[in-house]
Amino acid sequence: MNAPLRRVAAACLVLFGLLLLNVNYRQVVKASAYREDPRNTRVLVRNYERARGSIALAGPGRPLIARSVETSGRLKYLRTYPAKDLYAHVTGFFSFIFGQDGLEDTEDTVLSGEDPRLLVTRLSDTLTGREPHGGDVVVTLQQAAQQAAYDGLKGKRGAVVALDPRTGAILALASAPTYDPGQLSSFDAAAVRAYRATLVAPDAGDPLLNRALSQTYPPGSTFKVITAAAALQDGITPDTQIPAPTVLDLPQSSGSLRNFSGESCGNGTTSSLADALRISCNTAFAQLGLTLGQDRLRTQAQAFGFGDRGLTVPEPVAASGFPGELDLPSLAQSAIGQRDVRVTPLQMAMVAAGIADGGTIMRPYLVREVQAPDLTRLSLAQPETYRQAVPRAVADQLKTMMESVVSAGTGTAAQIPGVRVAGKTGTAQNRPGAAPHAWFIGFAPADNPRVAVAVIVENGGDAGSEATGGRVAAPIARAVMRAVLGS
Amino acid sequence: MTAPTAVAPPVVPGPATRRGTELALLALALAVVLVAYAAVGLAVDGSVPPGTLGYGAGLGSLFLLAHLVVRWVAPYADPLVVPCVALLNGLGLVMVRRLDLAEASRARLAGRAVPGADAPLQLVWTALGVALFVAVLLVVRDHTRLARYSYTCAAAGLALLLLPNLPVIGRTINGARLWVRVGPVQVQPSEAAKLALLIFFASYLVAKRDVLSLASRRVAGLDLPRARDLGPVLLAWGASLSVLVLEKDLGSSLLFFGIFIAMLYVATERTSWLLIGMVLFAAGAYVAYLLFGHVRLRVDVWLHPFADPSNKGYQLVQSLFGFGTGGITGTGLGQGSPESVPFAKTDFILASFGEELGLVGVTAILLLFALVVERGLRAALSCRDSFGKLLATGLSFALALQVFVIAGGVTGLIPLTGVTLPWLSYGGSSVVSNWVLVALLLRISDAARRPSPAPVSPGTARAALQDAPTQVVRR
Repeated sequence: MNAPLRRVAAACLVLFGLLLLNVNYRQVVKASAYREDPRNTRVLVRNYERARGSIALAGPGRPLIARSVETSGRLKYLRTYPAKDLYAHVTGFFSFIFGQDGLEDTEDTVLSGEDPRLLVTRLSDTLTGREPHGGDVVVTLQQAAQQAAYDGLKGKRGAVVALDPRTGAILALASAPTYDPGQLSSFDAAAVRAYRATLVAPDAGDPLLNRALSQTYPPGSTFKVITAAAALQDGITPDTQIPAPTVLDLPQSSGSLRNFSGESCGNGTTSSLADALRISCNTAFAQLGLTLGQDRLRTQAQAFGFGDRGLTVPEPVAASGFPGELDLPSLAQSAIGQRDVRVTPLQMAMVAAGIADGGTIMRPYLVREVQAPDLTRLSLAQPETYRQAVPRAVADQLKTMMESVVSAGTGTAAQIPGVRVAGKTGTAQNRPGAAPHAWFIGFAPADNPRVAVAVIVENGGDAGSEATGGRVAAPIARAVMRAVLGS
Repeated sequence: MTAPTAVAPPVVPGPATRRGTELALLALALAVVLVAYAAVGLAVDGSVPPGTLGYGAGLGSLFLLAHLVVRWVAPYADPLVVPCVALLNGLGLVMVRRLDLAEASRARLAGRAVPGADAPLQLVWTALGVALFVAVLLVVRDHTRLARYSYTCAAAGLALLLLPNLPVIGRTINGARLWVRVGPVQVQPSEAAKLALLIFFASYLVAKRDVLSLASRRVAGLDLPRARDLGPVLLAWGASLSVLVLEKDLGSSLLFFGIFIAMLYVATERTSWLLIGMVLFAAGAYVAYLLFGHVRLRVDVWLHPFADPSNKGYQLVQSLFGFGTGGITGTGLGQGSPESVPFAKTDFILASFGEELGLVGVTAILLLFALVVERGLRAALSCRDSFGKLLATGLSFALALQVFVIAGGVTGLIPLTGVTLPWLSYGGSSVVSNWVLVALLLRISDAARRPSPAPVSPGTARAALQDAPTQVVRR
């Protein structure tokens, strides 16, 4: 019986061989596919087993805006946000059920400790048996500026972005309405689901949306800065008299374009470029757009960053856009920031920052520093030039013109005693019948800019149809700039 | 040198029993298990669990008892088998305890009542298993005597299989009617039935092997056995199979069928039985696929586990995620979440090892099983009597096939059919009956390696043997 017995033994060998081959296939070949499968909750669970790094402000005391707290549950570390909804759109959330958003998502490798720069730390943690800990992310935000932006937007829908024009560092980034990321990151699944349901409710105003980076709006009259930049590059000076009729008949159509409240600009037929910008004369800039032509306007807009689909801060930023192939009536309206021109609040802050910094736009960034758990520095952001939007001479001319907007034009509400403030208001029509969006972009001090800001309040906030950028948005911008300058 | 003393009887250097090797390996197995046990405590609670010493003493004395009894009544038995089994059993206990802790912390987190721990009960079952192992070795001094009880075993096996279908004591758990409940204790009689039927198969096939292998008709180049020789065998097989199909226990059906065909093949040395077996298997599998929804479901999940990952495919998908997450070295004991897989303590326990000990651990476990199987087959090869040979083949192949069926099932190699992974899975009937299986294997192994019975006076016999010419012995 030994011959068949040996064959049975060989069969057993084959059975075990097949098992071993298959286990190798599952645990080596397919391992990373299974490990990274979104339906595999194990890795998620492990995310909570290691102390996740903190997100901190650079300021004195290094305040933490996101930190992990040890609990006694199955998920060991709970993610908390001490400032509740103040930094929601910067930190994002870290939810067991709804995943991650914001810096929690884009900086996940550092915070979770998977980043290659943390390899040494991870190894020594393993060897010494120390509790493993992720790296920290230090952001560029300034607490006072963020608070001012948050307070200004309270009860409204809109966004504020403040930049340091010299570096591109984002000093404030707020979007309203906002939410409490801590309530999305709790371990109480039912409470998390219930809270999220209130956030996505139809009349909640989409608090999860980061309006500062992801939403685009018509820029309204703030776009006149870009039209003016194109004109200045085309040989026109601030003092050049340009046509400024009370009513501009639009070519190739029966339509016409008027100024705000039907007012006239300058002497009723012409106005200097500087004056037209100061009082935000629609007819003058529409005519200027028609004269310059759409290609010059589009090129100038792109020089400020329009059309860039790849910008990240490190969160991805929606592309702003100047429409293609326009007929003349559309061109006239686009030149004053209406029709299909679309911008993100960050884009308009970059326009202000570029003019403030002599025409150079610095690449905006939110992460100032990455630190190992022992607070040693792993990397420090290096400011870099993003675009040269206009030559320095043009930037200086624009700066002077924008100063007069605040000192004696539509933007007087942005004045700060003892500080030269430059700015431009905007009141952007959006839907028929709806109150216009109120805009303000600006920077201060004009002679040595340290902050550039863009503010949008959707549909004019409380002011409704009476809203203008000067009334609604400029005071918020003023508060944010004051906060930066006061620190 | 000085005092004239009686000449000591010459020491007969018989074949080495290797019992010392067994003891050393057992100590090693115990050490591995205790380190694993402590590692679980360190990972989950941050400290060595307070019961480690007591646990080690308990398990150690069980292993020592097994060793001493083997030393006493089966001194020539293979020295590797008991340490391998002890290691597997110990690791199973560690994993069951680890899953107890995970379930308790999950329950606490969800605010549910903490379920009772299973590990202490499994330790009791292990003790019972070792006790039966000892009892079998003590009572069955000569395995050939088992052959006398072949029809008793057949009747007992079938009765055990039918037991779960009885009212009052029968229990349906997870869709399969495999369980018998007596008082607080739940048992799965098919595990014991497997052993009883194995003994019956072996003795019956040995008794009838001449008829089965010689009398035949030649059809189309194949030697086919006469129908009347097949009768009793087919009856026993068909009966056990139909009972299992009715009880929806696919795994055991497959197991019984495979064991039976392998033993038939070894007994008759005729390849035609293999072909008949394969045809029967293919036909049976096809009919089962057409007739039973649960069979279709298993096959569909096996082919497309990710088609319905949160419902039908949930078990297998979670199991595969466990293996994948473990990767090569695993997460470490106590540091994964093996409790995510349903039935992690029983059928899917290999997925728990795969996640926490990785490919390295799973390979080690599979090789331990392979080693036990190989040692069993070696005993079969060197066994002198046909019954022992066939029984050892059956026992070893049963073990190999059972490991293949469940390990292949949870790793997605073959459709999943629920059987336990011997010694590792939580469950009393499985642990106890597999210890009995080992006892039987050791009994045969002891007989196979034992030198021929020595004459009354070893010295003279030895001298006579040395003078005698080499001769062929007909057996």
